[in-house]
Amino acid sequence: MSMEFLVASGIGLMSAVGIYLILRRYTFSVIIGMVFLSYAVNLFLFAMGRLKINEPPIISGASSYTDPLPQALVLTAIVISFAMTALIVVLALRGFLETGSDRVELEPAGSRKAEDMSAK
Amino acid sequence: MQISLIVLIPLLGALLPLLTIRSGRNVCTFVTASVSAVSLALLMAHAPAVYRGEVVRAGFEWAPQIGLSFSFFLDGLGLFFAAMILGIGLLVIVYARFYLKRQDPMGRFFAYLLMFQGAMLGVVLSENILLLVIFWELTSLTSFLLIGYWSHLPEGRQGARMALVVTAGGGLLLMGGMLLLGQAAGSFELGEILQRGDVIQASPLYVPILLLVLACAFTKSAQFPFHFWLPHAMAAPTPVSAYLHSATMVKAGVFLLARLWPALAGGDLWFLIVTPVGLATMVIAAWIALFKDDLKAILAYSTVSHLGLMTMLLGFATPLAAVACAFHILNHATFKAALFMSAGIVDHEAGTRNIKRLGGLAYLMPVSATLALIASASMAGAPLFNGFLSKEMMLESAALTNYFDNTWIVPAAAALAAALSVAYSVRFAYGVYLAPAPAQFPHPPHDPPFGMWAPVALLCVLVVAIGIAPGLIAGPIVARTSQAIIGSAELPQYTLALWHGVTPALLLSLAAFAIGALLLAIFGPLERLRERFFRPEAKAIFDCGVLASVRAARTITDALHTGSLSRYLAIISIVIVALGFVGGLSGGHAAGLRPTLPVNLVAVVLWALLIAACVAVVFAHHNRLLTLILTSIVGLVTSLAFLQFSAPDLALTQISVEVVTTIFLLLALNLLPKQTPLEPGMARHLRDGSIALGAGLGAAWLAYAVMTRDFSSISDYHLAQSKPGGGGTNVVNVILVDIRGFDTFGEIIVLCIAALAIFALLDNALQGAAARRLAAMRQSVESADAHPLVLVVATRALLPLAITVGFYIFLRGHNQPGGGFIAGLIVASAMMMQYMASGYAWTVARARFDAHALLGAGVLIAGLTGLGSLAFGRPFLTSSFGYFHIPLIGEIELATAMLFDAGVFLAVVGTVLLSLSQLSRVEGRAERNPAPEGPSDIRLPRARSAAATSGESK
Repeated sequence: MSMEFLVASGIGLMSAVGIYLILRRYTFSVIIGMVFLSYAVNLFLFAMGRLKINEPPIISGASSYTDPLPQALVLTAIVISFAMTALIVVLALRGFLETGSDRVELEPAGSRKAEDMSAK
Repeated sequence: MQISLIVLIPLLGALLPLLTIRSGRNVCTFVTASVSAVSLALLMAHAPAVYRGEVVRAGFEWAPQIGLSFSFFLDGLGLFFAAMILGIGLLVIVYARFYLKRQDPMGRFFAYLLMFQGAMLGVVLSENILLLVIFWELTSLTSFLLIGYWSHLPEGRQGARMALVVTAGGGLLLMGGMLLLGQAAGSFELGEILQRGDVIQASPLYVPILLLVLACAFTKSAQFPFHFWLPHAMAAPTPVSAYLHSATMVKAGVFLLARLWPALAGGDLWFLIVTPVGLATMVIAAWIALFKDDLKAILAYSTVSHLGLMTMLLGFATPLAAVACAFHILNHATFKAALFMSAGIVDHEAGTRNIKRLGGLAYLMPVSATLALIASASMAGAPLFNGFLSKEMMLESAALTNYFDNTWIVPAAAALAAALSVAYSVRFAYGVYLAPAPAQFPHPPHDPPFGMWAPVALLCVLVVAIGIAPGLIAGPIVARTSQAIIGSAELPQYTLALWHGVTPALLLSLAAFAIGALLLAIFGPLERLRERFFRPEAKAIFDCGVLASVRAARTITDALHTGSLSRYLAIISIVIVALGFVGGLSGGHAAGLRPTLPVNLVAVVLWALLIAACVAVVFAHHNRLLTLILTSIVGLVTSLAFLQFSAPDLALTQISVEVVTTIFLLLALNLLPKQTPLEPGMARHLRDGSIALGAGLGAAWLAYAVMTRDFSSISDYHLAQSKPGGGGTNVVNVILVDIRGFDTFGEIIVLCIAALAIFALLDNALQGAAARRLAAMRQSVESADAHPLVLVVATRALLPLAITVGFYIFLRGHNQPGGGFIAGLIVASAMMMQYMASGYAWTVARARFDAHALLGAGVLIAGLTGLGSLAFGRPFLTSSFGYFHIPLIGEIELATAMLFDAGVFLAVVGTVLLSLSQLSRVEGRAERNPAPEGPSDIRLPRARSAAATSGESK
């Protein structure tokens, strides 16, 4: 076992849980699935700079530093994931309040016919 | 550059009529006409150069990678067409001023007209063939708008749609043809292409190029079997018909054939296709025209017939025929535009366009009748009018043509078409102007205002002048234009004159007059005979085709678009996983050689916690509250992982985002169902589970493979520049606010957009169905105290502390872990706790600032900081910094990047506050009504008793 293994397996597991949850039929599961995917993706991007211990990218006269660039990218990604999560939560909430259902699929019948009528 | 202005002036000038219509119809017309006139003057300034034999060019590269350039050129052919477009355009603008009724929106009409004019000029002046395609499609689009101008009429809408389908479909073919042509010729510039006819015709791509280009030209110029759209486009206002459907747009197909003549014409295939199509169109359309009763329908089919004539002439591919074609384009534009305008006058003044309800107008409106009679004599091809001359030249060319060793069929068919042309012209002129007047008209007809017949008169002067003295007036134009069509070939010997002696053409012409007279004599029986035969109705066939393709599209859409998000996501995930594995397995997959890090106990424990939380979520995700708690455990482990692997900034960000996200989800969960229903279907769970496992395995494998390999990074530059260039030791922060500041600027804008979208989604949630559902919602479990005193006191005490921490984190951000993002999140969550602890109403009443203003200020400060560097002649977002000594505090460093970071800070605070407060406002509605006003304040007991008494009094 190595740190790399721990991180890689964590990324894999979080992605798997995320994918499983976004394939559910109810909004809340899908939202949590997106949160899990965000964790996994952010950690994955961060890991592209390789793992280093006690080498923070703060100039202090040390001989080597970890890669700062993925960190900068991931930092904004974390904040943006918050905004995205908030947006889909609100979408789901508004959808639920309007329709009384928090399923993520259309009812099979009905909607298409209404569309046909409006096209004519 | 000047000649590209000829195109751009009408395109940009299209805005002016919309603005000036407020000052009245005359001002609007004047401005529109001035736009065209300026463009025309610019064009005429270049005419002398073109007549000296020069080719004027202008333009610049646009997207050289794909061969697209913004280049124009002006030669004889372009000048001829451009002058026609602008000249007739001016007349049509004047005419339309009087034609359009008071209730018609004239500004819009002139805007469309100028847009069309610009597009059409672009077609005829483009040097780059891809640019030509763009303008070509623009003419289709703008003509759609013009045909459908009277959008309240169903015919207008249907006609516009049909024209768009046919001509824009042709445009797509043209794009294909032009791409191949550019490939075959090795250049997308017409100047080059026209020199390389031999190369193109020897290329294996020649046949597809020819077929695509011809199909496109035939659709635009309404050649058989695509002729059906033009008569339906007559639903347009008459100025549009006169402009688009006689003089300009329908000639674009003919223009295309003429333009590409040196490159494509000459082969047998060209002759074999173009000649019979033109010939058939000429005869069939003339035949139909003879039996139409609507004046505009007669003129429409006549136009189709004349376009067939031009196409046929170009099909002959002889220089003489090219001369005849150029001459006929000129003549047709003059007399046909005059006739369309005359038909519009009749419609306008007599209230009908039906030939059977008209008659005797020669006595009621003598001026316009005289003009119309002159123009129809020219359409019939009578001597002394210009139509006669070009028809003679056409017959002469036809007489010299043998098709498959057959010497008579082309001349005979051409003569028949000429005869039909005589017949329908006479029927038109007689039926409307000379026949006995009917008992009553819908309106009592009289001559229209001067402005309406003056354009017709001007065109008729040209008709007669060219008819009498062709060499003098049209000679140089025809010569220069035909020379441009045939390219480097030598111009043949010909004379434009009224009398050529007794030639085969004259005999054919005489025969045509005789047959035409005969046809009219037996018109009654002929019409009854025609009625008895089945005639395919083009519109019905077209509608059937459209309906069938709509049905097919709907079937496919229904099959693919089931409205199930899970299904789409499953398909997307499967594809990604499959592609990933195909890619991964096809490469080398030896183990990486990078030394790995040893594990420690804490890491293993946290890892086990993560695994446990993930597994628990899968099995417990029906319990939403538990899921939320498990999710935040995972988030916590993630932030600890960042901390472990030398990313303190990320750890801080992750943990503060975690706080905010959890609060947000909790608030939302309050209004959503607390349980997710169990989903039935084991197979589905297995399917989703295997997709998820595949994806997880792939992600883990990829991450592991990357982490165990060495790499080289561009980060050394960032590390080296951070202190000397950016003035900070925290490299991550320097990257965010300085080196990649533009990215960050974009990101805070994204944040603001998300916040505003959330605001918009929730702002009106308190109305309609959503509000009723909210009002009906009662919290099932109500705690005894909605705002526990301990929480209220603690959060209020924490607020100044949290804000101080936030500012500390912000200030040290440039050199130590921290910065605008993290500080913003900390301050925002401290504020947010007030909403949670004390309620929405209490907090809003005490908030001194508006979250919208914070968002705006954030973006503005960040943007202005960036712009500030422009003032010093440095690029956007260049930062500068300096060290200052402040008494008592000591040496401090101030950087403009810090100002930028302040913008980030404000935007983050604004985003979080706006979304969370908006959510809790909606929340307030779902709680007891009226919302409690700060239960833990000193006024609380009174408020509660007041609420109680008001409840009792009801």
